Amino acid sequence: MSVTSYRDAGRLQRAFQRENDHRALFIAYIMAGDPDLETSFELLKGLAEHADVIELGMPFSDPMAEGPTIQLASQRSLAAGTKMRDVLGLVRRFRETNTVTPIVLMGYLNPVLFHGYEAFANDAADAGADGVIIVDCPPEEAGPLTDALEAAQMNLIRLATPTTDDARLEVLVKRTSGFIYYVSVAGVTGVLEADADAVAGPVARIRAASGLPVAVGFGIKTPERAAAVARVADGVVVGSALVDEIASAAKLNENVTEKVLLKASELAKAVRSARLELA
Amino acid sequence: MNVPNKPNDWSAYPDAKGRFGDYGGLYVAETLMPLVLELDRAYTEAKNDPSFQKELAGYLTHYVGRPSPLYFAERLSRRLGGAKIYFKREELNHTGAHKINNCMGQILLAQRMGKTRIIAETGAGQHGVASATVTARFGLPCVVYMGAVDVARQKPNVFRMNLLGAEVRPVTSGAATLKDAMNEAMRDWVTNVADTYYMIGTAAGPHPYPAMVRDFQAVIGNETREQIQELEGRLPDAVVACVGGGSNAIGMFHPFLADETVKIYGVEASGHGLETDKHAASLTGGRPGVLHGNKTYLLQDDDGQILDAHSISAGLDYPGIGPEHSFLHDIGRAQYLTCTDDEALAAFQLCAELEGIIPALESAHAIAKLPQLAKEIGEGGVIVLCLSGRGDKDIFTVADALGRTI
Repeated sequence: MSVTSYRDAGRLQRAFQRENDHRALFIAYIMAGDPDLETSFELLKGLAEHADVIELGMPFSDPMAEGPTIQLASQRSLAAGTKMRDVLGLVRRFRETNTVTPIVLMGYLNPVLFHGYEAFANDAADAGADGVIIVDCPPEEAGPLTDALEAAQMNLIRLATPTTDDARLEVLVKRTSGFIYYVSVAGVTGVLEADADAVAGPVARIRAASGLPVAVGFGIKTPERAAAVARVADGVVVGSALVDEIASAAKLNENVTEKVLLKASELAKAVRSARLELA
Repeated sequence: MNVPNKPNDWSAYPDAKGRFGDYGGLYVAETLMPLVLELDRAYTEAKNDPSFQKELAGYLTHYVGRPSPLYFAERLSRRLGGAKIYFKREELNHTGAHKINNCMGQILLAQRMGKTRIIAETGAGQHGVASATVTARFGLPCVVYMGAVDVARQKPNVFRMNLLGAEVRPVTSGAATLKDAMNEAMRDWVTNVADTYYMIGTAAGPHPYPAMVRDFQAVIGNETREQIQELEGRLPDAVVACVGGGSNAIGMFHPFLADETVKIYGVEASGHGLETDKHAASLTGGRPGVLHGNKTYLLQDDDGQILDAHSISAGLDYPGIGPEHSFLHDIGRAQYLTCTDDEALAAFQLCAELEGIIPALESAHAIAKLPQLAKEIGEGGVIVLCLSGRGDKDIFTVADALGRTI
């Protein structure tokens, strides 16, 4: 029995190679299975109209780097019974109609370790995922996971933070690909606000050290801020602000997809209108 | 076979990467990496600095009240009709448990590192009280994260922490117990990296915590070695301790690891029973995974999600265990037994009635295995049990379980 494979090693790189546009990519984050898989599927399809890359959260029981918004999204997803195979199933279903928009899976190590690194890397690549961000797996521990991802031609995207100095940056950029995710605040997701001015320096430094595009996330909630960050970074990640829309719409019995896509279109417009000032 | 050869040099663990065999390591968010690496350097330096060790020893003697006595539990020994049983009386330490040994070491280290704010997590509140105590003594602000469920069932300790000037922040996420308190403490740490020191209460977490907490708690086993040789003229046949995260246990075990004649027993909490989903026996009922900065045995479901632990004892109510225990379990140097809530309750009462010592419910788990161990070791043998804490904090829980009101 053969199952369609949606492997495409170049999808993510192509997304960042929009040199003619001179603009940052808009990267939208949602949690898979929040509030349920069907809504996530509708959201993925809709978000692809606005976002250049989609980050898809893999729920975890103990998301230590997340603020309340994404913690609760994780809980809603797990309460709805979301499993790893459902998350990958969602990607696969999305790929049946969209083979262009890259999907980056973001989560914590234990569910991936439980699945087995090689099995995870192969299943995720076949489903059509393009990269993986594992919050609690620093380079010191990433060897075996990196081997598996490289073999499956999946990108391992690393986080750099305000506490990352030059020496640490050298450690970080080894065996990393796709892009570097700069966490603009020392803190958890969705709580503190990113300062666009403070982001410019580190982004340029990381870009130079890695030779990779740098996307900035954590603490970007409004179109204004997204635009400000878009002027200095290669990508702008918005997560909690979208997940907040999911939570409030679900609570008020409103149309979740409609509300989230409205927010996403505002953010996308703001990011697209801002020209990237490449140093 | 990927079982490691039986090591004969226990000082080789953890290795340079913070590993005990396959366990341990540093699985934290990148924001924290520079901090844990700095902590590792600072601790290594302090450990090898005689002035640090001297200062620590001074506080242990004059503030904590060490050495703690090694007490022959004569009536209990007679009742059980087997080996002689000794209690290492950690419950007589200032604050009523072994937790202060570690907190004293860590506060001196935090000061040395120039940190000005302390955070901690706590389950039963014993580590929270010890943290609040040392921060009061050294004049640093302290925030203690505690699961809202534990705040409710450990009221006396919450009040104690408040009296000592610490802020107790109830954590409502997840099951609102120790695991969730630890998540929240890590969120605080990642947000306040510049000035904050995270005082972890057990021999788990990212490297160097498992090694550091073990070293600070090893005073228990080191004193026991000396005291038992004085009293019995030889080493014990067995040592036994309860294991949640496992700090009192590893403190007792570690100095005996190289003594092949000494049997080592840890006792995990099996709550309502291993066959139910209400227990906290990570080694007996879990499998290896990654949580809270280290690779170790964890209670988890069929998709790698961490399960909520259950124990009548708030201090053992944790789905993980220190990585060194995972290693000792795999290589068979230590044996890990289990004890249910009911067995612990019975042991709690037995100890109170026979010895006039009200043990912590945590320690009662170890006491509950004494009938079996005393018989196994047999007459003429010697067992030392780490009586890790006193049970004042547990009287409400116990009364409730016995259907009494106080």
